[in-house]
Amino acid sequence: MAAKTIISRPIYGTLSPQPGKHHLFIADAEGALAIIDMAGKAPPGFFDGTEIVFIPGPEGKHIAALEALKPAQLHIAPSFASLLPRLKQTLTNAHMGLRLYLSGTEGLIGQAMQVALEAGMDHTSMQTEHRGSLARRMQCVHCKGITENVTTQPALCAHCGLLLLVRDHYSRRLAAFQGVCINAEDRSEVPPMEEAFP
Amino acid sequence: MGITFRKETFRDDYTFRNSPEHIRRFPFPFNEDAYMYAVNIEPHVVGPKGSVLENLIDVDEHYVAEMQDRALVLAEDPLRCQSLPHMTLAGWDLLELLMEQQALGYPEHFTLERNGDRWRWINRPLGIDDTFTFGDTSTLPYGPMEYITRQSQGDFCILDQRDGNLWMDAGMVTTQADWSLDFDIGMNFFEWHAPVPLAHEKGIFTRALKFLTNIQQGKPARRLNWTMTINPRLDTSPENYHKWGPDRATVTPENVGDKVHLRVELQSFWRLPRSNGIVFPIRCYLIKMDELVTQPKWARRLHRVIRDLPEELATYKGLTRYRPTLVEWLSKLDDGSPTSPGFGPD
Repeated sequence: MAAKTIISRPIYGTLSPQPGKHHLFIADAEGALAIIDMAGKAPPGFFDGTEIVFIPGPEGKHIAALEALKPAQLHIAPSFASLLPRLKQTLTNAHMGLRLYLSGTEGLIGQAMQVALEAGMDHTSMQTEHRGSLARRMQCVHCKGITENVTTQPALCAHCGLLLLVRDHYSRRLAAFQGVCINAEDRSEVPPMEEAFP
Repeated sequence: MGITFRKETFRDDYTFRNSPEHIRRFPFPFNEDAYMYAVNIEPHVVGPKGSVLENLIDVDEHYVAEMQDRALVLAEDPLRCQSLPHMTLAGWDLLELLMEQQALGYPEHFTLERNGDRWRWINRPLGIDDTFTFGDTSTLPYGPMEYITRQSQGDFCILDQRDGNLWMDAGMVTTQADWSLDFDIGMNFFEWHAPVPLAHEKGIFTRALKFLTNIQQGKPARRLNWTMTINPRLDTSPENYHKWGPDRATVTPENVGDKVHLRVELQSFWRLPRSNGIVFPIRCYLIKMDELVTQPKWARRLHRVIRDLPEELATYKGLTRYRPTLVEWLSKLDDGSPTSPGFGPD
């Protein structure tokens, strides 16, 4: 669980079964464990109206455990980018009252929330639970490029190459933390790069 | 008699200067010899003749040069002006407000003629004479917010009010003190202020939000904020921080008076009539130390304020690197004698 620092930084909770007939879970990697833990508290028949979308990641774990929950639909996607067209379609056509549950890395939660916000859902109506890597999705304030899976502080912008301080300031609209040049005032000052978001 | 607009720059050769009359009218932000955050909001009412409050929307000798600098910033980075789709009506509200106020305060420079929805706007300093249909965006060369804020000094944020909060949903931001509209657009009041140190813990933002959401039409409010800028650069955006940041390392005892500028924001808050939004103009005033210290009271007081500023605030305002040099320079102008109450010069 990431520590709370400043107000714009997202705070994540623990998934809990919500009333309703239609449930959509989006998870990556260890986010599957949040669904499995929640399943123990779910009422009978909960998963009959549930779709789970899962991005297993390189380790490819937890698929069998999710199958065992017997959701109405289990969709395995290789990456968030590959999932995007399907997710947009699902959310556009969703019934009023669809419950959304997001679990896993901050990057996954943020990007899925971004799509849901664009589809008109309110961020406070989504359940979120952070599991797994603390890696951040970062926007360079200078060149506007997004760098995925940032684990160090400071971090290099993958687009313009500036050395960036990864701030806690977070934009839901961009689903990204802000990166600002850390040595703008004197480029010869190069602070050591530390593993800050493992 | 009209304003004589200066030909000057806010970049490259930095020819920006204040005339002696403009030094005297500078909105010095310290009314005592120390500074800490406070909810320093007061009614935005007309103030003394010859002050920046003589009109509620101030136009000064830097108007034309500031509008030219804004055009340069927008050409380089169009993301400095953004409006979420539901904010167009608020943009028309703002257009009306700024045209009315500028025409009211400066009839020799601006004229607004209304014939039903058919409006004619004459802006003589910028050589503009446009006729358009109020409410019909296709009759203007830009959206209404962009059109009028390309002709109005200061940054403008338009806030949507819903769920008991204010949302930064539109803005023209080219003269900002190091915050990014492109990053913050769509955030609520607490979120976009998240990086500010100390003030959250003091409950500043909770009280400020309560005040702002209760602002009524025709009863605007205002407050002052301040920071410092090296060289008279209007565009101190985070986007360009890697370009202007190095200036902070160039301050020496010899060039303090010329390079270091006090940057004051006159922020005002207005309820918009049709959209029920709030517009938040952030008008930036710059003054170099050499100009400021021509008023001995300001020199003494600024010395004490900067010297005693809490470290967190100095860091947040980006003063760390040159504060010792500045304090040393100012100390020579502070004989320790008391300062008179109030903001103004003696």
